[in-house]
Parts: sequence; structure tokens; C-alpha cells
Amino acid sequence: MMAHMTPTPVLEPGQDRTMILNMGPQHPSTHGVLRVLLEIDGETVVRLMPDIGYLHTGIEKTCEAKFYQQVVPLTDRIDYLCPMTNNLCYVLAVEKLLSLEIPPKAQWLRVLLNELTRINSHLVWLGTHALDIGAMTVFLYCFREREEILKMFEMVSGQRMMTSYFRVGGIALEPPLGFFDRVRDFAGYFPEKVDEYENLLTGNPIWMMRTKGVGRMTAEDALGLGATGPTLRGSGVDFDLRRDMPYSSYEKFQFKVPVSEEGDVFARYMCRVQELRESIGIVRQALDGMPEGPIKADAPHVVLPDREKMKTQMESLIYHFKIITEGFAVPAGEVYQAVESPRGEMGYYIVSDGTAKPYRVHMRAACFANLQTLPTMCEGRLLADVVAAIGSIDIVLGEIDR
Amino acid sequence: MPLSLAITDVDQLKNHPAVARLLGGKAGMVQGAKFDRAELTISVDRDSLREACALLKDDSACPFNFLSDITCVDWYPAEPRFEMVYHLLSMQKKERVRLKVRLQSDSPAVESLTSIWPGANFFEREVFDLFGIRFTGHPHLRRILMPEDWEGHPLRKDYPVEGYR
Repeated sequence: MMAHMTPTPVLEPGQDRTMILNMGPQHPSTHGVLRVLLEIDGETVVRLMPDIGYLHTGIEKTCEAKFYQQVVPLTDRIDYLCPMTNNLCYVLAVEKLLSLEIPPKAQWLRVLLNELTRINSHLVWLGTHALDIGAMTVFLYCFREREEILKMFEMVSGQRMMTSYFRVGGIALEPPLGFFDRVRDFAGYFPEKVDEYENLLTGNPIWMMRTKGVGRMTAEDALGLGATGPTLRGSGVDFDLRRDMPYSSYEKFQFKVPVSEEGDVFARYMCRVQELRESIGIVRQALDGMPEGPIKADAPHVVLPDREKMKTQMESLIYHFKIITEGFAVPAGEVYQAVESPRGEMGYYIVSDGTAKPYRVHMRAACFANLQTLPTMCEGRLLADVVAAIGSIDIVLGEIDR
Repeated sequence: MPLSLAITDVDQLKNHPAVARLLGGKAGMVQGAKFDRAELTISVDRDSLREACALLKDDSACPFNFLSDITCVDWYPAEPRFEMVYHLLSMQKKERVRLKVRLQSDSPAVESLTSIWPGANFFEREVFDLFGIRFTGHPHLRRILMPEDWEGHPLRKDYPVEGYR
């Protein structure tokens, strides 16, 4: 047998009565290619071991061979459900290295798009999580609204999923005519849709039986295991990077951070559903208070010039040629920039050696740490609850494996 | 916004809670400190890393209760070659601190932090997998992203981007 076909983390049965069950990597409820090895005693999980790496593509290594601006499209592919969040985190880190000042309009647009991304990601989570537990309809409803968000992304960036819309120093293009009206429309009717999802789930006795008291985790465990985002807030820890360590003008927005104390699957569900409502509130504030002005920083050695100027001005043409062919040099140093992604703390650690290519790019993936909480949630519980617990930490394997 | 110069003098930084806390610990624990782009970095002696983390976690004034991230940078061919990087976060004071440890290239090893933060588990396995650094006291040190039988450590600088052919 080929060596790579042997089951890698070998889990020996601990007692005579237990058996090993392999779940995944091709299993509909493991959201991609997560493999979970379970030692079970009848229906009870004795031990659980996640096995990851099936989607490892070596993005961190690839980044070292790219110019700084060429890394942006790679960041989309890490967490394909929230591309804009990854774009934002990366460009913020590079801007910190360069000490660039970003115009207010670009910052607000970034916030607007990030909150739409959060809604988009939470809708996929809600749909698939409900589907895992057996509620079929919610999935169809969630994807109906998600479709509208994807159309808005297509409007601004030309792409539905891999947007690559943010640039070091600002954003790529002005949003097209009609974009803001479309977002305002969406922000107007979306809260009703959240009521619709909640009508189907929150008070539903089957949903409550499947989620309440299931996959419990204390605040202490969650902190120790490195959990962040709704996974942490569902255990009663009130911490959100948008509010507590604001970036990209988040300090100018008013929003609540939903926290639940119970630490079970239902608590994490409630946190995310309320976040949907808070996010649409932030979107509305961003629309109302959108500042006027440029969308790119005044840094010709970093930001690509307008196409129009390139046709009339020699300097613009030269800068364009230089940035495209040899990139831009970034002063030596290192930064760690973290943002609140839909799943938790998404962090980029970038080391620059003063050249046009990053010396090292490391992504701190929220799911990577959150996945470690799975054994705590599931051991000693029923096998069927494993599916609910996996759904409740909202994993994206692209981000875990990178 | 011009780039201001980094402060690298430990004396100037000793009022920062994290630096003060570590200077109060074992002599020789702090090997250097740097304040650059509003981020604090403290270089710590290899043998006292675990102790330094325990001190920072139990600090009553500014507890760094959360381990955000562990990673490594390979400075091949310089020696000490590997630089372990730890990002700690104080949720109460909303402060971050970066701890660094330099490791020689012959059998690089450092103490595991899993006894302080169980969440260090996956991060250390990742560094072991991609850089080949051993963590003493780690409960389950084996490859995590690459296949078990993979040769080499892909994120080392002497490992080609296209892989070995």
C-alpha cells in the first residue's frame, strides 16, 4: 500500500469494548475535508482526534516568492467564505509596515464590505449547520440572501467569490453607480429575513433538543484552547477585536457584541444570528455616513495610478511600469495585524527584509485554533452530537490548512 | 505619516508592564526589547521561555491571558538560524506583546507551552511540521499539515518553492 494511504494519526482502541470510527474527509457534515477519528463505546464518544492537512497548498511559502501586491489574490483563497476580511487583514498589515495613511472613504468602504462579507459567511454557516442537523429549508432561504450579496460583490469587483478588491493603499476601483442603492435596499429588507430564519429555528423544539446543552465548553477551556470569535463569545467571554482593538475606523461605529453564557451549540448559534443583525446595522451606518474623497492613499510609489492619467502623464506611466515589473520596496520590520473575521481572530504576521517581496507571511487562522476545542466539546457525548458541534465552530478547511 | 525610528533600548522601555514584569524575573531572561510600529517585541532567553510566559500570564496588573499565535522565521544562513515568535494578548488591557527566541540550526528545540495554554498544541505541531523545530514536553508532536512520510520541512528557506523533484 502507498504510504500516504495509511490512516495517519493512528488511534488504538483503548479498551476491549471501544471501536475506532473514521469520519471524513469526504463526509457531508465535515464542511470540506476535515477528517475526524473517533473512539466510540456504543454511541458515546470516548476520544476524538481531528486530522487536517488535506487542503494544504503551501500559501505561506508561495507568498515569499510574490511581490507584496501579488499576495492579495492569494489571501482570498485562504478563507473562501470571507475573502474581503482576509484582503483587509493583509493590506492593513502591509500598510502598517509602510506607515501609509488611508483616506476615510476607503476605510469606510472596507468596513461596509467587511460587514457584508460577515453576513455572507454567517449565511453559509447557518444554512449548512441547519442542514447538518436536519433542517432543510433554512439552507434554501440563506442562499437566497447570499446570492444577493454575491451579486453586490460582483458589481464592485467583477467576481462573486474571489474578490481581491482591496489594494495596499486603498481599494481597487470606485464602486459602480447603483451599488449603494442596492446595498441600502438589501439593508432595508434583510432584518425581516433574519426573523424568518429565527422563526424556523430559534423556538423550534427539535432544534433546541439538538443544540441546547450539546457541545458545552467553559470560558476557561475556550481561552486556554485559543478559541476566538463567536466560539469564544458563546462561552461568555466578551471580546471582539472590532470594538476592543479597532482597525479601519471601526471605532466610529456603534454596535453591540452579542455574548451568550451557556457555552453550548445553541449559545454559539444565538451569537452568530445576533451578529447578523448587528452587521446590517453597521452596513446602514456606513451607508449613511460615507465620507467623500479619494479611495486611494497619496503614495505614488505604492498605489497604481489611474488608467486615464497613465495615458496623459509620463510620471504615471513610469510608476505603473515600475510597480508592475519590480513591485515596491517595504521598509524592513515586522508587524502582526489582527482583524475580527466571521470566525474569530484572523491575524497576519509579516516580516519584511526591505525588498519588494515579503520575507515571511504567516496567517493566524481563527478556525485552526477553534478546531482544537472539538475534543473538549464532544468527548463523553453522543456520536450524533459531533455533527452539531462541528457545525457550531463554523470551520473552513481552506483557512485551517492554508 | 513618516515612519518613526524603533526604540531598542531596554531602559527606555522598562515602564511597559510586560518588560517590567520580565525584568523582575530571573536575571538574563530578557535579552533585548524593541518598540516598532506601535508593537512591542521582547527577546527572551531560550531556556526561560516557559517561565517568561507563566510570569506574563499571571501578572495581576496586565495579565497576558491569551496565546494568539506561534510561528517561526527562518533566517538561513545566519546563526542562530530560527526565530520562534509568540504573540500574546491581554484581553483585559487590550495589549499585545511579541516574544522571540532564537534557536541554533543544529537540532533546534524549545520548551512547549502546552502546559500553560493547551491551545499551543496545534501551533507547535505546525511549526514542527513546516520548520522541523522540536518542542520538549509536547504531548503529541507529529506532522499536522504535511503527510506523515513527507521529507523535509517546506517553510525552511533552503527548501525550494517548487519542492524537491
